[in-house]
Amino acid sequence: MEVSKSDALEIRVSDDVVLVRQAVRKWAIELGFSLVDQTKIITAASELARNTIDYGEGGTVRLESLIDGFRKGLRLIFLDNGPGIADIELALTDGYTSGKGLGLGLSGARRLMSDFRIESRVGDGTRVEITRWK
Amino acid sequence: MERIPILRMGDFLIISIQVDMHDRMAMTLQDDLTNKIIQTGAHGVLIDISTLDMVDSFIGRMINIIASMSRILDAETVVVGMQPAVAITLVELGLTLSGVRTALDVEKGMELLRAATRSRRAEAEEREDGSVEE
Ligand SMILES: Nc1ncnc2c1ncn2[C@@H]1O[C@H](COP(=O)(O)OP(=O)(O)O)[C@@H](O)[C@H]1O
Ligand SMILES: [Mg+2]
Repeated sequence: MEVSKSDALEIRVSDDVVLVRQAVRKWAIELGFSLVDQTKIITAASELARNTIDYGEGGTVRLESLIDGFRKGLRLIFLDNGPGIADIELALTDGYTSGKGLGLGLSGARRLMSDFRIESRVGDGTRVEITRWK
Repeated sequence: MERIPILRMGDFLIISIQVDMHDRMAMTLQDDLTNKIIQTGAHGVLIDISTLDMVDSFIGRMINIIASMSRILDAETVVVGMQPAVAITLVELGLTLSGVRTALDVEKGMELLRAATRSRRAEAEEREDGSVEE
């Protein structure tokens, strides 16, 4: 598998969520994703970018265009050095929120993407990697 | 600060969400709308999201809050113009718009609101008739 293009964006303030969505849309179009797939990827990205601000004290997202044989994909890696998640299984439960949300960000992003990986250590931060293959 | 305009059409209020909303705008909109419903005695709120290319749980939550607030103030909420790709994505995200009716476009949404207002008025009249007889 080859990364044909990559870039990183800061996620610090609420306006950055908008910029992340716009960048992700652009990359998804470039890779030839259908409108429905674009919408799914952007929605997942929006959820994770917001989490990075709301719970992760800000961080970054790395965008990667992937080529794997004849397959193309888009991978997004959200990284923060926030407080981390003590109970990942609980955080991934539909409807669970430690804030004021609907508790659908992590679980929803997992459903919307082909691949979902999360790593988190308390006091260290959180890394969420999502990929959608065409 | 950018604000989302609330238009009045007879008994109803119309909000057209056209921009990438951030937190502050969403909060302002909730306040503005509450005030406007009280001020005008509106019986319906129509939220046009035809230009939104995605609805994440943040916007979904805002729509739900608007709907429950409106209900308390005796107004119905109708969401119109949701793009098919957005609707498909919402389902997979796991988000339900509770107590919100949806319609294809503004015209159909207005029809829905008018019908709802009519039936509510009829019910109220029936109740009044009943109390006269007692
Ligand atoms: N980057 C993060 N850092 C720390 N905690 C997080 C992070 N992302 C998610 N969480 C935790 O997981 C929970 C569930 O997240 P999510 O499914 O997006 O729902 P919501 O954002 O509505 O709370 C959050 O309430 C929070 O406790
Ligand atoms: Mg979230």
